[in-house]
Amino acid sequence: MREFLFLFLIVTAGTGGELCVSRAMKVVGEVHDFRPAALVRFVLRAMGVGWMWIGIAMMTLAFFSLLAMLSIENVSFVVPVTALSYAAGAFGATLFLRERVSPQRWLGVFIVCVGVTLVWLSRR
Amino acid sequence: MKDSPGLHLKTYALILFIVLFAPLGNVLLSKGMKGVGSAKDWARGDISHIFGSIITSGYIWLGIACLLTFFVAYMLVLTWADYSYVQPASSFSYAVVALLGYFLLGEAVPLLRWIGIFVICVGVFVVGHTHPRTTEKA
Repeated sequence: MREFLFLFLIVTAGTGGELCVSRAMKVVGEVHDFRPAALVRFVLRAMGVGWMWIGIAMMTLAFFSLLAMLSIENVSFVVPVTALSYAAGAFGATLFLRERVSPQRWLGVFIVCVGVTLVWLSRR
Repeated sequence: MKDSPGLHLKTYALILFIVLFAPLGNVLLSKGMKGVGSAKDWARGDISHIFGSIITSGYIWLGIACLLTFFVAYMLVLTWADYSYVQPASSFSYAVVALLGYFLLGEAVPLLRWIGIFVICVGVFVVGHTHPRTTEKA
């Protein structure tokens, strides 16, 4: 039962956190300068965006859930099953980030989900 | 929408970073957490002891360092590429994590799991042939 709770938190909090970070990145703007000083300024600018902090909080929750899950199951099982976040991510990107997800991407996401199901079935 | 020169090249370079450092970080975390004990047996009173074991594990800190490297690469690529493109494209890391789990941690990986991971990679291939950005540049 605990495994399901941890998996749920990894998928929902992880995907939610990534969507928030992605939204923050769109606010900060595209990176053109990859020199260290410019990257530090970029990170500081990103830290000034509220969505970034919400994203970090959600990803922290997902991280500790991942640690708990890794203490129970093998990493070769845990990480692939977290690909369930693909479906959540595609829906979230459409609704939250207003990205246009093409039919081809939806097909890819569907195939990934079939793969996740097979990995789940390989569980001892 | 118009491409800037080298958009695809820099996208692929950072995705390569992502698919190497994320799996390595997860494998190190797994190694560290196996030393802490199964979460199935965790009792409420043990939380401080468990937390102490986690933050004093060298493997956990190495794993966090790898995941931070992954996270920076991830943040950078998201400034120009769609989330719905980057997330699936980075899923090659699922194959890498199984390989590292098998070779570094000695995990038994059943055939069905390899097939599932292969199917995931096929899904990644399908997604990878879509355009990195579908929204207009601000």
